[in-house]
Amino acid sequence: MSTAQQPAVTAPPPAVRRGGYSPFWELVRSRLLEFCREPEVVFWVYGFPVLMVVSLGIAYRERDVPKPRVEVVAGPATVSDAEALARPGSGVVAAVSARAAALEHLRTGRADLVVERDEPVLEGDASASAAIRYHFDPSRPESVLARDRARDALERAAGRRDLLAVEDVPQTAPGSRYIDFLIPGLMGLSLMGGGLWGVGFVAVEMRVRKLLKRFLATPMRRWQFLLSIMVSRMLFMIPEMLLLVCFSRWAFGVRIFGSPWAVAALVLLGAVCFAGIGLLVASRTKTLEAVNGILNLIMLPMWMASGVFFPRERYPEALQPLLRAMPLTALVDALRAVMLEGASLAACWPEVATLVAWGAVTFALALRIFRWV
Amino acid sequence: MTASQPAIRVRDLVKRYPGRPPVEAVRGLSLEVQRGECFGLLGPNGAGKTTTIEILEGLLAPTSGSVEVLGLRWATDERRLREQIGISLQETRLSDKLTVGETIRLFRSFYAAGIDPEEALAMVGLEAKSRSRVDAISGGERQRLAVATAIVGWPELLFLDEPTTGLDPQSRRQIWDLVERCRACGHTVLLTTHFMDEAERLCDRLAIIDTGTIIALGTPAELVASFGVATLDDLFLKLAGRRLTESGWAETLLADPPGRSADAERPASGDAS
Repeated sequence: MSTAQQPAVTAPPPAVRRGGYSPFWELVRSRLLEFCREPEVVFWVYGFPVLMVVSLGIAYRERDVPKPRVEVVAGPATVSDAEALARPGSGVVAAVSARAAALEHLRTGRADLVVERDEPVLEGDASASAAIRYHFDPSRPESVLARDRARDALERAAGRRDLLAVEDVPQTAPGSRYIDFLIPGLMGLSLMGGGLWGVGFVAVEMRVRKLLKRFLATPMRRWQFLLSIMVSRMLFMIPEMLLLVCFSRWAFGVRIFGSPWAVAALVLLGAVCFAGIGLLVASRTKTLEAVNGILNLIMLPMWMASGVFFPRERYPEALQPLLRAMPLTALVDALRAVMLEGASLAACWPEVATLVAWGAVTFALALRIFRWV
Repeated sequence: MTASQPAIRVRDLVKRYPGRPPVEAVRGLSLEVQRGECFGLLGPNGAGKTTTIEILEGLLAPTSGSVEVLGLRWATDERRLREQIGISLQETRLSDKLTVGETIRLFRSFYAAGIDPEEALAMVGLEAKSRSRVDAISGGERQRLAVATAIVGWPELLFLDEPTTGLDPQSRRQIWDLVERCRACGHTVLLTTHFMDEAERLCDRLAIIDTGTIIALGTPAELVASFGVATLDDLFLKLAGRRLTESGWAETLLADPPGRSADAERPASGDAS
């Protein structure tokens, strides 16, 4: 190739200016722009928790216990028995079937109870009125319920009278339903996922791309970079939490009984705590596969045992101290106490202390061992 | 920092990567680069160019030896040094979701003083791409953007690690113009390259590196004259060819330090065209 010497470029030196930019806010701004331009990430952060509220809210919506299904074996007393069971207020659905078919339905779960009346020994002998046989499955709650309701209905039809006056008072007040229990759990779950993925995964991805190394080669201050990841995560979280709280209020009437400021403080504390754990996971991890596995390993036990979907009291008493020490348990317990019972932040001090400890220790450790290249 | 000091002074630099057996990527390299000079590091893949340049950039710690950059040392003056040098790494994937303009603005914000981000883009011919996303521009444009991030702080000393590898002729030309402009402004440039024409055109002096040491040093004309060859290409092939017949060459290729495998995939001497 020719290497003919050309005259040196004569363009004047460019104007060099000082300052004019805030590196910290430029970093935060870049993260926010990147986040908003990833539609799938936006869905996981904002859409997924709402979908979860909708689906679980519908699945566990307030409704009466379904009426058990009773089948009466065809025979001489069939008609009166079936009529008695079909009367409004019996609390069961009744049908007539042949004996073999009815028992088959019970066995396969299509019927909850089979009512069978023995043939009278002598025609017209009222005193020898036949015994009633209830075929049911004692291990199925709806089968046990069907037996009690059918028995009650048939006894009444035969002339039994209640001896005590009875008044039923149904309880379906907001605050005591499953959806009320669920929302603080989902808020905690969302904060955990967002903090661990939004900080841990993002930092490892930047390391894999050698973007961390490139940043390190500039005068950028390292703490500003780490803080910018944390702060941008806090900013994504605000609409996420508002969306959950407002949507569940609008769709299911879920109320916050305690102070909204206490809820906000707990949310912030939870977000910082999980961001710290995320940063610690990211501090030495070199591949995306590894960070994926570690994050799932951390989240799975908390998904199951922190009492998000069902009370953690179902686990053995011996495990409870361990469960209480997990950050998600502490966050969800405190959120429930404030949101459902109207507790003050001070009353939740053990949970708050647990969250502060997790956040402080993981963040300090991450700063110490974080690898840039 | 006084102007009389060289831009870079390296004495007996050694870099050993732990392993079994340990790999010595740099073995006792000494070098001085004067201020205002454009200095080229040449050598086959795996010769130790990138290891050397990353030690000079303060991104790798040497096993032994002394390094002075702009009269300062990495251990004590890292912050001052970072403000005064600009770096383009061999491989960096900048954020795909940011635009070219947003990326350069971010890098500009890291420096206390520097040039206008749009001007840095204009210097590498990317002013029209300012609003394009990084994932929507070509590989050559991305490489030019990487160089733009290196000059946006208008550094006293510019490090470019293989800035034109894989670029089309037009993009190469833009990088060359930029290097010449920096030099015309009295700045120092240290670059690594495989291309002899590039070295001949841009560099005041060259060092040819193989197996972690300098095997030849001088101006392009001096090197050609002292080895009795017609062109730098011939010199490079002659040196590389000599090494091919010795065991050291194969050893160098096999003992590529970890994390540099991409380097080894390219043909060893075919790119000296």
